[in-house]
Amino acid sequence: MYPNEFRYTREHEWVSIDGDTATVGITDHAQDQLGDVVFVELPQLGVRTQSMQSFGTVESVKAVSDVYSPLTGQVTEVNETLVDAPEKLNESPHGDGWLIKLQIEDRTEIETLMTAEAYQAYIDAEKES
Amino acid sequence: MIRKVRSHQTQNEPLLFERSSPGKKGYQLPPLDVPSVAPAEALGVANVRREIEGFPEVSEVEIIRHFTRLSTWNYAIDLGLYPLGSCTMKYNPRLNEFVARIEGLAQAHPYQPEELAQGAMRVQVQLEQYLRETTGMDEVTLQPAAGAHGEQTGILLIRAYLEAQGDARRKVLIPDSAHGTNPATAAIAGYEVEEIKSNDQGMIDLEALERAVDDSVAALMVTNPNTVGIFEKDIAKVAEILHERGAQLYMDGANMNALVGIARPGDFGVDVMHLNLHKTFSTPHGGGGPGAGPVAVKKHLAPHLPVPRIEESNGTLRYCYDRELSIGRVRAYFGNFGVLVRALAYILAHGGDGLRNATIDAVLNANYIRKGIGDRYELPYTAPSMHECVFSDDRQARSGVRTGDIAKRLIDYGFHPYTVSFPLIVRGALMIEPTETESKQELDLFIDALRSIADEVESDPELVRSAPHTTRTKRVDETRAARRPVLHWKAPVEEKQAAD
Amino acid sequence: MLASLGMGSAEELFSHLPADVRLDRPLDIPSGKSEYEIIQYFNDLAAQNANGYPSFLGAGVYRHFRPVVVDPLATRSEFLTAYTPYQAEISQGVLTTIFEFQTMVTQLTGMDVANASMYDGSTAVPEAGMMAARITRRDKLLVARTVHPEYREVLNTYGRHQTLPVETVAYDAESGQLDLDDLDAKLDRETAAVIVQSPNFFGVVDQTREAAEMAHRYGALLVVIFTEAVSLGLLEPGCEADIVAGEMQSFAHPPSYGGPFVGVLATRQKYVRQMPGRLVGETVDSEGNRAFCLTLATREQHIRRAKATSNICTNQALIALMATICMSVFGKQGLRELAEQNLSKSHYLADQIGRNGGRRVFSGPFFNEFVVSANGVEVAEVNRRALDEKIIGGLALKKFYPELQDALLVCATEVNNRDEMDRYAAQFSG
Repeated sequence: MYPNEFRYTREHEWVSIDGDTATVGITDHAQDQLGDVVFVELPQLGVRTQSMQSFGTVESVKAVSDVYSPLTGQVTEVNETLVDAPEKLNESPHGDGWLIKLQIEDRTEIETLMTAEAYQAYIDAEKES
Repeated sequence: MIRKVRSHQTQNEPLLFERSSPGKKGYQLPPLDVPSVAPAEALGVANVRREIEGFPEVSEVEIIRHFTRLSTWNYAIDLGLYPLGSCTMKYNPRLNEFVARIEGLAQAHPYQPEELAQGAMRVQVQLEQYLRETTGMDEVTLQPAAGAHGEQTGILLIRAYLEAQGDARRKVLIPDSAHGTNPATAAIAGYEVEEIKSNDQGMIDLEALERAVDDSVAALMVTNPNTVGIFEKDIAKVAEILHERGAQLYMDGANMNALVGIARPGDFGVDVMHLNLHKTFSTPHGGGGPGAGPVAVKKHLAPHLPVPRIEESNGTLRYCYDRELSIGRVRAYFGNFGVLVRALAYILAHGGDGLRNATIDAVLNANYIRKGIGDRYELPYTAPSMHECVFSDDRQARSGVRTGDIAKRLIDYGFHPYTVSFPLIVRGALMIEPTETESKQELDLFIDALRSIADEVESDPELVRSAPHTTRTKRVDETRAARRPVLHWKAPVEEKQAAD
Repeated sequence: MLASLGMGSAEELFSHLPADVRLDRPLDIPSGKSEYEIIQYFNDLAAQNANGYPSFLGAGVYRHFRPVVVDPLATRSEFLTAYTPYQAEISQGVLTTIFEFQTMVTQLTGMDVANASMYDGSTAVPEAGMMAARITRRDKLLVARTVHPEYREVLNTYGRHQTLPVETVAYDAESGQLDLDDLDAKLDRETAAVIVQSPNFFGVVDQTREAAEMAHRYGALLVVIFTEAVSLGLLEPGCEADIVAGEMQSFAHPPSYGGPFVGVLATRQKYVRQMPGRLVGETVDSEGNRAFCLTLATREQHIRRAKATSNICTNQALIALMATICMSVFGKQGLRELAEQNLSKSHYLADQIGRNGGRRVFSGPFFNEFVVSANGVEVAEVNRRALDEKIIGGLALKKFYPELQDALLVCATEVNNRDEMDRYAAQFSG
């Protein structure tokens, strides 16, 4: 379910690394918990996100979730298609529903994130509690 | 078996704008008895608008039918039990509507000379007196327009009081069971919000409170009885903890209808509170307002109350604006006066003993429902209930049916649903408040309905999940409404093009 | 019922309350009265107020003819005794009327979106100010001194605790309009919004276009306030505004000694997510039929709690419904005719006062209110004489504007007839 090549946060974001660029989205678990996504608020291009600070929000009909950046870096691209089609976040959270791309600044931050296996164990534990 | 209702036909009805056709009129004005003034001359050509595009043009009978038909698409207290927890949907006596429309009250202008407004001022003075007596507080302002507005006024009073002592402080503590207006209010009054976890009884955790209160804390906002319908029995101790460290106790009076005549916040340490006249004192909700949110305070906060205050000398009432420490106005004029008239009529009709009986009946009715369905629904907090009882959908969730589904199925049984998914400390909450105005007959029908739905959850969960089945409007697509918001009517594009 | 709970008396319901919090005596409120007595009680109080006096008071609260159909429709049980329409399937009546209200507000104001209503005009102003601060991420508010003084007081109360400094902008002593030079001097890159009223508190149609241009030059928003909704039947709305906030009491709600009223807040599409208050949107039900529901609720307190756009919870649905019915009764033609009658009446009264030696204080164009002083007699004396004739005169402005020691704000609407206007005007002669 959770791609092995991604890394994950405790706040249910994923990040995929391609050279110096990181693509960030929310996990399938996160979209499932949130329900039908109706609105996505994304940062401006060029903004610098800080690791584990909020860069935007994802809204369903009755809930709002902050989205946290797994890594520090400048935002180089935002997924504009979500403005008109927020449902992509539900349909393809790990693909077309990505949120932003970043220019990675500090690769050591990647090591602090969870692997797919660790994330799966994390949400299993969360479900049980 | 559904005993309370049968389905019936309703009329379809388009929007007013779709009924409209050019030249139709529903109004009459008398002929002008002064010379007509040309708008362009008096106001300047650039200031005069062209016609109001899209504004309706309909006849009187069409208006009557339009709004009458729409009204039949609504549920209302006058049709039956409306057990929205925390909202206190009790019967709204028609007498109150009648007196609010007496000409000398309804036509009074807020700026008419005080000597010609003594009656309107007396209404306020009399209501303030009764509210002081009911709450055990020292002074009351009637200015706030609604409960949340009252909260805001109350927190600003605390802020002004602490500021006058040298430090407004930084934080307001709020239990995790609180209404959303509490944290929103604290934020608007310039405070940081710190959440206090409830204990396993659904009550304030005294130890957590002890830890949280320091000299950065301005106040605790507490609802009592709290949102799970339980009286905070340690409330006097809570007040003591706060007061020892110079913090204030704010009480959200949303549930005051459980206490009137039985206990008074002023006697158990509350410094400031608001009342919802549209809850406890029965003024109609009107589909979402108007309400009124008077605020009652102890003496030490009184110098900060909004202006004006009313003073009496030799039997004559006058407004007093000269109050240096006042937080200022929170609303123009004197609050929702028409709502105040209705609430005063309600108090007069009941008297002290009648108000107390209403409280007893409200608590009795809630406990009767609690007993009636207690073996079919999970009760997460078992402390005695006051005016409402809160269940969870834990048992039904095992069949994939959630509180929202049970609520929709209740509609098929002829009832308005209870409050769904609140308070947040109960997973899948069913928050039920019958109020005192329901008969045993109506309560029994309601209990039967909830028991029957519990059976259906086991035998045919899909029936419940896809409810309501008998309403003219089926389950509404809220996701679509939020994804592509359509917030006003637009003329159909095709027609316009054809006309062009 | 008690027996089924295993209780012998109602007192047992409260036996879990600690003894020291219990009230150990009856409430000191006289025992319940009958319907007849209560009606008498309020009749007696009403008799201590002015009854049947012709009145020339406006100043934010207006006396207008109330079409007869409004009350029977608005007091139908299904509207009067329903709650906020959370359960859309059995609340389509309220939801549809709110959608119609929102639509009519956009048509009247020229804005793209309007909410389901605010408490009243005075509280809509700080809500608009806070909204502008969120949008611009700035905190200074400039408010014209010609905005209703009590609205400004409310704005100050809210602003003080939100670290939104409020500065006032002077008016031009000759025209009674906004002093554009003063506005220009006070505008800066910290300014979130410029708040002006039109027709302003003096009844004068103000220069919203110029104000908009100046505000926008500094990246600030323009908030346009109105207190007299009938003026929108005739006056070009503040289309150049970013937010319009106002009071709709004029549409079928009696003065009611100042409330309950109904505030409105309308804005441009791009700011919709920063709006306070309830919004109703169109959607479909599971069978594909048109339906309405509350929407964009994530802005609100019950979801976003401390981060909500406002703490407002309720709207004023019933008063908004009255306004909606009233607007549909008058309709496109009627609202214009009503506005024209107001214009004609007030100009007639101003002329008559002029003939009796009174003087209009401001030269700017006015709708149904204007400021006058008398010649050779103090305005307080004018009003005293009028009261002797059982006429309530205009509002003395010195309470709010110390520099206008001897001036009255006088209002005439369609309910003031020629005879009473003549009689009031006669009191101005020295």
